[in-house]
Amino acid sequence: MRSKAALATASVLVLMPFLWMISLAFTPERDAFGSIGLIPAHPTLTNFTTAVTDARLGAAMLNSALVTAVAMVTNCLGAVAAGYAFALLPFKGATALFYTLVSTAAIPVSVTLIPLFLMAKSMPLAGGNDLTGVGGTGLLDTLGGVVLPYLVLPMNIFLARQYFSTADPHLAEAARMDGAGEWRVFWRIYFPLARPLVAVIAIFSFTAVWDDFLWPLVVTSSQETQTVQLALARFLSTGNVQYGPLMAGAVLVTLPVIAVFLFNQRAFISGLTDGSVKG
Amino acid sequence: MATLTEARPRDARAHRAPARGGRSRRWVGVLFVLPAALYLIIFQLVPVLYGLALSFTRYSPLSRSGPQPVGTDNYARLLADPEFGQALMVTGKYVLIVLPITVAIALGLALLAKQSFRGVGLFRSALYVPHIVSLTAVSMVWLWMYSQHGLFNEILALLGRPGQSWLLEEGSALNAASAMRIWKALGANMVLLLAGLQSIPSVLYEAARVDGAGRRAAFRHVTLPGLRPMLTYVIAMDIVFLAQGFAEIFVLTRGGPLGSTTTVNYLIYTEAFQYNRFGSASAMAFVLFAVIIAFAFLAVRGVGRRS
Repeated sequence: MRSKAALATASVLVLMPFLWMISLAFTPERDAFGSIGLIPAHPTLTNFTTAVTDARLGAAMLNSALVTAVAMVTNCLGAVAAGYAFALLPFKGATALFYTLVSTAAIPVSVTLIPLFLMAKSMPLAGGNDLTGVGGTGLLDTLGGVVLPYLVLPMNIFLARQYFSTADPHLAEAARMDGAGEWRVFWRIYFPLARPLVAVIAIFSFTAVWDDFLWPLVVTSSQETQTVQLALARFLSTGNVQYGPLMAGAVLVTLPVIAVFLFNQRAFISGLTDGSVKG
Repeated sequence: MATLTEARPRDARAHRAPARGGRSRRWVGVLFVLPAALYLIIFQLVPVLYGLALSFTRYSPLSRSGPQPVGTDNYARLLADPEFGQALMVTGKYVLIVLPITVAIALGLALLAKQSFRGVGLFRSALYVPHIVSLTAVSMVWLWMYSQHGLFNEILALLGRPGQSWLLEEGSALNAASAMRIWKALGANMVLLLAGLQSIPSVLYEAARVDGAGRRAAFRHVTLPGLRPMLTYVIAMDIVFLAQGFAEIFVLTRGGPLGSTTTVNYLIYTEAFQYNRFGSASAMAFVLFAVIIAFAFLAVRGVGRRS
């Protein structure tokens, strides 16, 4: 019982900042100072309209949704296919390649930040560039540039191999006897069975891209291409801080992530723990 | 994605001829891996080499000439640069404040959450929420909590104490950012340590009990050794992530006051994208890389070995 009380206390303390975030989002600006009561006396929605219009949050949400969706699809295909082959279609040098690819997850972002920026800038045939990548701005300040570092996240390959290494390798024997090609075996037999894995990878990619800040900050410069996190940060740095609208924006930006979490808690947790050592 | 759809007809063709797990099936494995492997090599490994090369040059993206080779000048200058030294110290302090406190509290919570009772899942989920929400958004909530009329000062006022400028004082700004980061990192640490605890076979606890071990002895001789691999992993991951603090600094303090919260990552950002010094910023990134690897390695050796 005592441990239950301790856990309950810890949970409430940890959730407190979110409660205040929601409370402030509904509190009119004139009441916001010096009130730490959780229930606003005069609840209002104007903070949300201010956030959406002043921070251009609507357009930013659309940008983030688009970039996130593309990364989710490419990860669910590219990382799953790679992990599948590493587990069930081994070739010479596969293990070394696998560890090389997965180890890139530990490279600090700041190490690849500048090179990636330069590579995005000189992407051939993009943004006015010629075939050699000269002349224009390439993928800088485009949504294509924003999505560039997230197309295959190395951690997802690791998760996929883990998953398929416990799958039954004889599952497709009958299909192979009937002359089904390897692509068909993967796409028709193993991929549909890997739904829990795909959920984990989709969610992991979703939060990684939706929540990221440094890369979008560097690669975008206009409001037309900014992501949600950037829209929030830029809203913050324009003059006096208005906490009401800022919290309303933060609520809108975190809502999708929390909603997805509430319905897929198991996938969230296993995405974290499956990627770790087996204790 | 384009490369993946391209790969489809090719490997289908390769498999018109029935394959019996022979040479051609091995080939197909390569094709499945190819899109992801090429992508990661081009956009993760090549940039590391590119960055290393840049770190030996002077290069402004605004100038018309390309990178000018300067040998080891950037590194030599960094050694003597008090600003960079301070950033390394700040980063180290940040990790050393956040990591032990987070791991200790997370381990306590994991031990509590390991017991199964009604509603324990709810608590586990609640503790995990800060982990999934972006650093940018939660930093803004904490910005309010630390503000002049924010939560902490209102609590002080209730106690009859004067308010503090938490984020504006040299002595408290880094601690304030650290407190936020501890709160943020707690959930993931707890979930991982909980998974580690659950992987310890219950037979070992039974054996310890039969041998007359009390709860404290069982913790020392069963729990801690069993938890060591996961604990090592958690500490190494924490070092890698915490040493790269950026978004929270950007939102809370912008590196101030007087550089007291300027982490290496924040300094790299300003060096590269405000002062356009790509060469020396790259050198900073590689020094940070080396420091992270060294500390993660030391932690793995230190925690993983002791018996």
